[in-house]
Amino acid sequence: MMLEEPILSVKNLSKQFGDGCRRCSDPSTRDLIKNYCPSCGMVFACRDISLDLYPGEILGVVGESGSGKSSLMKCLYFDSDVTSGELYLQDEEFYGQNLWTLSAQKKRYIRNHKYGMVYQNPVHGLKMDFTSIGNIAEKLIAAGNRNVDNMKMVGEKLLDTVHIPLFRMKEEPRNFSGGMQQRVQIAKALSNNPPVLFLDEVTTGLDLSVQADVLDLIKRIQREFGISMIVVSHDLAVIRMLADRTIVMLNGEVIENGLTDQILEDPIHPYTQTLVYSLL
Amino acid sequence: MTMLEVHNFGKTFTNHQLQTTRQAVQNIQFRLEKGQFLGIVGKSGSGKSTILKSIYRTYLPDQGHIYFDSDRFGKVDLTKITERQMIYLRKHEIGYVSQFLNVMPRTTSRELVENAILEMGESESVAQSEAEKALAHFELDKKLWDMYPNTFSGGEKLRLNIAMATVKKPRLLLLDEPTASLDQQSKVKVKEVIEKLKNSGTTLVGIFHDIEFMENLCDQVYDMNKRKLEVS
Ligand SMILES: Nc1ncnc2c1ncn2[C@@H]1O[C@H](COP(=O)(O)OP(=O)(O)OP(=O)(O)O)[C@@H](O)[C@H]1O
Ligand SMILES: Nc1ncnc2c1ncn2[C@@H]1O[C@H](COP(=O)(O)OP(=O)(O)OP(=O)(O)O)[C@@H](O)[C@H]1O
Ligand SMILES: [Mg+2]
Ligand SMILES: [Mg+2]
Ligand SMILES: [Zn+2]
Repeated sequence: MMLEEPILSVKNLSKQFGDGCRRCSDPSTRDLIKNYCPSCGMVFACRDISLDLYPGEILGVVGESGSGKSSLMKCLYFDSDVTSGELYLQDEEFYGQNLWTLSAQKKRYIRNHKYGMVYQNPVHGLKMDFTSIGNIAEKLIAAGNRNVDNMKMVGEKLLDTVHIPLFRMKEEPRNFSGGMQQRVQIAKALSNNPPVLFLDEVTTGLDLSVQADVLDLIKRIQREFGISMIVVSHDLAVIRMLADRTIVMLNGEVIENGLTDQILEDPIHPYTQTLVYSLL
Repeated sequence: MTMLEVHNFGKTFTNHQLQTTRQAVQNIQFRLEKGQFLGIVGKSGSGKSTILKSIYRTYLPDQGHIYFDSDRFGKVDLTKITERQMIYLRKHEIGYVSQFLNVMPRTTSRELVENAILEMGESESVAQSEAEKALAHFELDKKLWDMYPNTFSGGEKLRLNIAMATVKKPRLLLLDEPTASLDQQSKVKVKEVIEKLKNSGTTLVGIFHDIEFMENLCDQVYDMNKRKLEVS
C-alpha cells in the first residue's frame, strides 16, 4: 500500500474565545447554541479538528458563515493562538515538533519561509500604499532576500505569472480592481516559494469572469509548482472546481470529509445534505 | 486475470430531510477479466449508475466489496482504500465517462487533455504531443482544439471527454450512457472509438440504453432485472 506522509497535519485543534464557565467547560453539561455558550458567551470557534494535507493536493473547506473556517486558517498561519492542539509540518528543521508550541520567532520564520496566505480581504494581505512589486519585495526581504536586482526579477516574473502587466507593476494595488488585488496577493504569497499555501475565500465578491481567472490561476499554480493548498470557500462550485478532497465544518466541528465529488453527490451527514441539496 | 470483481455489493441512500431510505441496489455480483467489456442493462432506476459511481467512489459504497487489480497497489478493495489512494487510481488507472462534461471554465480542449497527462507527472512536451495525438485519434475537429468546450455539440463534448479519460491509458474505463444525447451518426463514431479502446486492451464497464449498440461490443451482459451475468 502507498505510504504517503502529509505535509501538514493538524491534531485535535481547539480554538475558544472567552474564559468559559462551569457549565461549558464540562462537555457533558455543555448546552451550546450553535457554537457558543449562552451562560457565559464563550465561543467554540474550532472544536477538536484533525486533518491532513498531502503534498501537491488542494484540500477544500466548506461550511456556513461562522462555522470556524477563518479561525482554522488563522490558527494554521499563527495569526491567532490556539486553545489546544498539535500542528506538524513535514520539514527537516521542524520534524516532530508541535509548531504551536514554538517561539514567536520560529513561527515568524515558518510564515516567511514555508507559508503563503491569501486573505479574503486584500487589505489584510497587501500594503495598499506600496507598489505591487514593492509588496512582493517586502515578503522577499522577510524571507532573507537582499539582492535588489534579483528581487526585481522574481517580482516581475511572479506578477507576469498572475497576469499583471509590466507597465502597472509600479502602481499601488489600491488603484486595482478586486480581481487584480487578489492576483497581486497570490503573487506575493508565492514569492518565498512556499510548500504550503492558504487561501481564504479568494473569489468571494469577484464577478464571475474574474472568478474564473483566479480559479484558473490557482489550478495552474498547483500544477506548475506542486504547492499544497487549503482552500476555504462557502461556494460549492469553487470547491468542486479546485479541491480533490473536502472537509465540511459546522459550529466549529468537522462533520464530514471525503472526495469532493462524493461530498457533493452522495453527502452523508444531515447538515451536508441540507447544504448541497439547497443549491440544486 | 481478473480485473474487477464486484462481490455482494449494495448501496442504500438515506435522505435526512425527507426521512427516507432507499436501497438502490443489493446483492450485485459480477467478475470481469482483463480486456473484456461488460455491459449493464436494466430499466431506469434499477441502479446501473449507482454501481459505476460506487466503483469510482463518487458514491460511498456501504455493503459488499469491489476488488480491483491495481497496477500500483495490487489487488485492492475499492470500498476500503483511502481517499488518497482513490485519487491516485483516478489519475492513473480508472477512467469515468458520462454524457456530461464537467471541466474548468475557460480552458481549451487542448489544455484539458494536456492537464490530464500532466496530472500523471509527465513533462510539458510529452503532454503536448500526447494531447494532440489523442484529439486527432478521437477525431475532434482541429479547429476546436484551442476553443472552450462550452459551445461544443454533444458528440464533440463526448469525444473530448473520452480523450481526457483515455490519455491516461486507464486499466479500467467506466462508461455511463455516454451516447445518451447523440444522433445516430455520432453514435457510430463513438462505437468505433470504444472498439479501438477494446482492441488496445482496456477493460470496460458500460451502460447503454440502446441494447443494439452494445450487442457486438460486449463480452458479457449484466442484467439488473435477472441479477445475473450472461455471456454474449
Ligand atoms: N476575535 C473574536 N472574538 C470572538 N469571537 C470570534 C472572534 N473571531 C471569530 N469569532 C467567532 O468565531 C466563530 C467562527 O468565526 P469564523 O470567522 O472562523 O467563521 P467563518 O466560518 O470563517 O465564517 P465566514 O464564512 O462568515 O467567513 C464565529 O462565531 C465568530 O463570531
Ligand atoms: N445521489 C443519490 N441520492 C439518492 N438517491 C439516489 C442517488 N442516486 C441514485 N439514487 C436512487 O437510486 C436508484 C438507482 O438510481 P440509478 O441512477 O443508479 O439508476 P439507473 O439504473 O442508472 O437509471 P437510469 O437508467 O435512469 O440512469 C434510484 O431510485 C435513484 O433515485
Ligand atoms: Mg471566514
Ligand atoms: Mg443512470
Ligand atoms: Zn459557558
